[in-house]
Amino acid sequence: MKQFLSLTVFLTGLLVWFSSIQAAEPVVILNVSYDPTRELYQEFNAAFVKYWQKENGQPVVVKQSHAGSSKQARAVIDGLDADVVTLALAYDVDAIAKAKLLPADWQKRLPHNSSPYTSTIVFLVRKGNPKGIRDWEDLVKPGVAIIPANPKTSGAARWAYLSAWGYALKRYGNDEAKAKEFIAKFYGNVPVLDSGARGATTTFVERGIGDVLVGWENEAYLALRELGAGKFEIVTPSISILAEPTVSLVDKVVKRRGTEGVAQAYLRYLYSDEGQEIAAKHFYRPRAEAVAAKYAGQFAKVDLFTIDEVFGGWQKAHQAHFADGGVFDDIYKPK
Amino acid sequence: MNVSSAIADRDVEWKDSITTESTFVRRLLISAAFLYLTLFLFVPLAAIFAEALKGGLAAYVGSFLNDDALAAVRLTLLVAAVAVPLNAVFGVAAAWAIAKFDFVGKQVLISLIDMPLAVSPVISGLIYVLLFGAQGWLGPWLLEHDIKIIFALPGIVLATIFVTVPFVARELIPLMQSQGREEEEAAITLGASGWQMFMRVTLPNIKWSLLYGVILCNARAMGEFGAVSVVSGHIRGLTNTMPLHVEILYNEYNAVAAFAVASLLTLLAIVTLIAKTMIERKTDSYNRRKMQA
Repeated sequence: MKQFLSLTVFLTGLLVWFSSIQAAEPVVILNVSYDPTRELYQEFNAAFVKYWQKENGQPVVVKQSHAGSSKQARAVIDGLDADVVTLALAYDVDAIAKAKLLPADWQKRLPHNSSPYTSTIVFLVRKGNPKGIRDWEDLVKPGVAIIPANPKTSGAARWAYLSAWGYALKRYGNDEAKAKEFIAKFYGNVPVLDSGARGATTTFVERGIGDVLVGWENEAYLALRELGAGKFEIVTPSISILAEPTVSLVDKVVKRRGTEGVAQAYLRYLYSDEGQEIAAKHFYRPRAEAVAAKYAGQFAKVDLFTIDEVFGGWQKAHQAHFADGGVFDDIYKPK
Repeated sequence: MNVSSAIADRDVEWKDSITTESTFVRRLLISAAFLYLTLFLFVPLAAIFAEALKGGLAAYVGSFLNDDALAAVRLTLLVAAVAVPLNAVFGVAAAWAIAKFDFVGKQVLISLIDMPLAVSPVISGLIYVLLFGAQGWLGPWLLEHDIKIIFALPGIVLATIFVTVPFVARELIPLMQSQGREEEEAAITLGASGWQMFMRVTLPNIKWSLLYGVILCNARAMGEFGAVSVVSGHIRGLTNTMPLHVEILYNEYNAVAAFAVASLLTLLAIVTLIAKTMIERKTDSYNRRKMQA
């Protein structure tokens, strides 16, 4: 009996502890994002909370969820209650629009194609650049192990793929067959495909696999800062793609939850001077000219092309390259 | 001579006469086993604690004392507190039915109980996405009534329950089968009600094995990664259990905190193992006494 009593007391105690989570109700919004933005949004959320409190006197809590971009889009489609999505590429937001959670013309609602900051694809190599990697051409040489992520699931990996393709087109005078050959050689040099950008970084940096990580510029700088500049070097190729991570309100969710105002303000704040400054601090290329000028020295000069110029937009690029039976399925054979 | 002392006598003989290998071979085998355990069990285990304490004790404690980590601990305990008792009750009921009665479809029931062990945890999670996800069978109805299952606590609990179903039942079925139904039948003939029979005859007979099953079930419930990862939505401080939190911290280059939380899970496993060993001993002595009686 005594045991039973103490067990009851223990369980009641646990219950009280659990229910204490629900105390004091500020407005809560959820930002569903892709892999490498963890540090960015940690800082940005703190700034936004302060701003919103000052402007509206209302406490707000921003919850975060991070994983591979397409996986996150899938989760939102399956019912993850995201008030805003901040994903790696427009195609993933399009997928959410197809599920009727937000309007099809979402990309026109915010400045710069709803992309408040940009990035590009660069190479991270080991100290001293032992394989002498300078440009895309060097990646397809025999004996070079490349670590990109899986373009089927990762945003960064798709940008990397398209970047390599864009380079090959330029190099071989727009010859698609030659470009396909180039990309086949590229993925022939890949020992392992991680599902997300952060997984690929961990594989390269902490598990020590591969000669060169092909991924986000911001992720490469972050790895350099977090893990010591003495171990790795960044190599910026001659040309690369202008990667535009996109953000959007998830209309159906904010309408149901009554969070439209704060979610809207959250996204707009990304375009404010403070928001741009925070993005730049985390090695995303800012859109605001004043901030871009201030941080110009931080980024290497690189010839950038857009997906619209070379591929005619995400829908077309996806159909041709990443859909089932597309070029990627054709050329990639796991070892 | 009773059964147990016969076994004991044979034990002694066995030690003296049957092992004919030289001391060298015996030592070689023993040290090989030790080496194997050290390499694959002890070293990784020690590495967890070494990594966790690399930043000093303050950093170690600091890893637990932030909102996200505490929320993860809380969620993990809550999930286990719901899943384990439910599975204990179900396990006893299922084992009881299977061991003491004959009915059509008994084999099917046994296979069903085993299924979660055979199915990959990812699939276990996806089943619930297909059922309760916004695009799933019940999704639109749930959305209309503002009931959240997936990417919230209920989904995590469901996935955990699914994965941990077999542990209690699997532990009890062989035991209850070997015990037979004579004692229960005797109790009924002597005028006991069903409830009395269960509390005074059945439960005392299975209590140690039941506890053992509960402990295994609990360990898995707290440690489950795959199925929970699929239905969690990975919202920090809300739907991250401890194993998911470990992954997140590791991916954020925060190795010390990741290993600190991992060490907490490891401690839990060690406590579980100690409890398990103690219970095994109790069960042995209990069964021996029963045999002698």
